[in-house]
Amino acid sequence: MKRNLLISIWMTLATTVLLGIVYPLVVTGLAQVLYPRRANGELIESRGKLVGSRLIGQPFTSPGYFHSRPSAAGPAGYDPTQSGGSNLAPTNKALLDRVSASVQTLHAENPNAPIPIDLVTASASGLDPDISPAAAEFQIPRVAKERKMNQDDLRALVQQHTEQRQFGFLGEPRVNVLGLNLELDQIHAIQ
Amino acid sequence: MTANGWFQIGLFLLIIFALTKPMGVFMARVFDGGKTFLDPMLRPLERLLYRVTGVDDTREMRWTEYAIAMLLFSGVSMVVLYLIQRFQAWLPWNPQHWTNVAPDLAFNTAASFTTNTNWQAYSGETTMSYFTQMAGLAYHNFMSAATGIALAIAVIRGIARREKETLGNFWVDLTRAILWVLLPACIVIALFFVSQGMIQNFKPYVTTQLLDPQTVQVTGADGKTTQQRITEQLIPQGPVASQEVIKMFGTNGGGFFNANSAHPYENPNPLTNFIQIILIFAIPAGLTYTLGRMTGSQKHGWAVWSAMAALFVAGVICAYTAESRGNPLLHGTDQKVSATQPGGNMEGKEVRFGIANSALFATVTTDASCGAVNGMHDSFTPLGGMIPLINMMLGEVVFGGVGAGLYGVLVMVILAVFIAGLMVGRTPEYLGKKIEAYDVKMAMLSVLIFSLIILIFTAIGVVTSYGKAGISNPGPHGLSQILYAYTSGAANNGSAFGGGNWNSLWYNVTMSFDMLLGRFFMVIPVLAIAGSLARKKIVPESAGTFPVTTPLFSALLVSVVLIVSALTFFPALSLGPILEHLLMNAGKVF
Repeated sequence: MKRNLLISIWMTLATTVLLGIVYPLVVTGLAQVLYPRRANGELIESRGKLVGSRLIGQPFTSPGYFHSRPSAAGPAGYDPTQSGGSNLAPTNKALLDRVSASVQTLHAENPNAPIPIDLVTASASGLDPDISPAAAEFQIPRVAKERKMNQDDLRALVQQHTEQRQFGFLGEPRVNVLGLNLELDQIHAIQ
Repeated sequence: MTANGWFQIGLFLLIIFALTKPMGVFMARVFDGGKTFLDPMLRPLERLLYRVTGVDDTREMRWTEYAIAMLLFSGVSMVVLYLIQRFQAWLPWNPQHWTNVAPDLAFNTAASFTTNTNWQAYSGETTMSYFTQMAGLAYHNFMSAATGIALAIAVIRGIARREKETLGNFWVDLTRAILWVLLPACIVIALFFVSQGMIQNFKPYVTTQLLDPQTVQVTGADGKTTQQRITEQLIPQGPVASQEVIKMFGTNGGGFFNANSAHPYENPNPLTNFIQIILIFAIPAGLTYTLGRMTGSQKHGWAVWSAMAALFVAGVICAYTAESRGNPLLHGTDQKVSATQPGGNMEGKEVRFGIANSALFATVTTDASCGAVNGMHDSFTPLGGMIPLINMMLGEVVFGGVGAGLYGVLVMVILAVFIAGLMVGRTPEYLGKKIEAYDVKMAMLSVLIFSLIILIFTAIGVVTSYGKAGISNPGPHGLSQILYAYTSGAANNGSAFGGGNWNSLWYNVTMSFDMLLGRFFMVIPVLAIAGSLARKKIVPESAGTFPVTTPLFSALLVSVVLIVSALTFFPALSLGPILEHLLMNAGKVF
């Protein structure tokens, strides 16, 4: 008993140093040398300031931008310090009210198209950087009108920013909203 | 549902099948003292560890000493984790200056990570310093997994040995599990994860400018609404990849961030997601092969594997079907799957994973005792969310937690051969060992304690005001939330119907006991069985022996697993998710 207790104490200390300190430091060192941009969060710089991360979604409400999905992270959504989903149950009235409010807004804006489900549902992380290609297509008329662009030109741009399934089968096709909006601002700024 | 979705699920099972043998052979060698290609690097480190800690690696332990050593180590390392959290403000690597963690939350978290549960009543990005994350939490991801593997190996030895008193040396098994099985793979895969976009640094959180600044109405604590202008994002950083890999490989599941594997920094793309799911099953599947190898009955290992695979397939079909159907209450939306959208129930799911990978992840994470999530189970459809719940209620024996899954299923195996023995009217035998009253009593003890703690805690939870304060979704879903919480704790899973208000004194304390009882009252009877089996003589096989290597045995094992939990938990399930499903289809809202 006493012998095993002593071993327990020494084992905890020794393995904490090995697994809790040396291991993450070694991985960090190698990661910073091998993949410095990725290890530091794929931050995007524009005109000398940081404008976000390619992996972290941002809230958009101006009509000239493609909008991200609803987000439960923080009051404006997309607060990376409050990651998480709405955690509303499928039968919770709060969920149905939220969705039907979004449905009304979106229907007014593009009455002819069905409303893609991802555009009215909150993601799991609250930071989802992507929307489905259908959700991007849905927004093309609004953004094109606001930016005075030809819809087909805009569609071509969306297609460029559409990432297909990895290796053709893993995951789902998606459009990175921040990347798309940044490029829109560059090539076709709102006058 | 799409053909592509089924293809991904099928491919996943195929990869697990292909990994089973190499993982199993490797682990059998590691724990039998055989040679492996890692020996030249790791032997010196192993010897150094024994010298520092005073371990005599030639000494064998009886089951009681094995259990005591395991309990002492768990106790000491749990106290250290508690202290690290309580003193983190004065410890290094705390760039955001997080304060010391409150006592009840620190106790809960310490119990949670020591028991391989990783129930999280905190949000990582606003509570834990980098030091606490790596030296406290990620450290326990290694140690609780290694402890599980050691226990499984001890139990396998108990079955394999004849007329022996001992089961091996806990310290040696623990050390070899860390050095050979866990650490080398973690270093390689962590770097791969970084190459895919998972972060790994010690930087303070980064401030970035929003492209489209927002103005929102905020209601303050005094009830007044004010306008707030939000122009920036504060993006958390940290050593994520090194923690992520062991979180999955050790079936721990405690996320670096609150959103867990849904967070883009913890799971940046479909490939990392797929590898994370594979990591969950890699060791548990391999251990079935190790079981066959070390007991000299490879077919028995595969029979157990097949029973597990059958239960996995049943679960994933239900979950994927339910989630693809979507939510009939969301009128005016297009939930049909097409080439340009995943469709289905997308509330609480990420676009890059869609329905198939979220349903697969949810099934696997609860088959095993992982508990990581890439979608929010609370927002799953009632039946889609019931699958994770049932998986945990089965005792997480569908591949299961590292080690825990194997020794969990061996309890079910003993019950299965016992029942088969009753049917043919002979003393039951398992791989040549007579299964006697003592062994069956111990097996029943662990089964009964598991269901008792879940049902009693849930019953108290739904009738007291402290318990009901945890509910965030009204209606039958509220019962599901509490039931899910205590099931997750007792099964050492750690996933949650995460909307609940779990960081309260009541839940922090009751969940701690739920987790500790669930882990150690499972382990001790199982070790007792192993000790008892090791002492037994081999009886020669005869015509009356029920073979444990056939599809018939696999089917019997599946039935025992299902019947034991179905009879116990069906009433509770029918008042929770099943009722919610019926009401949802009837258009009822809460």
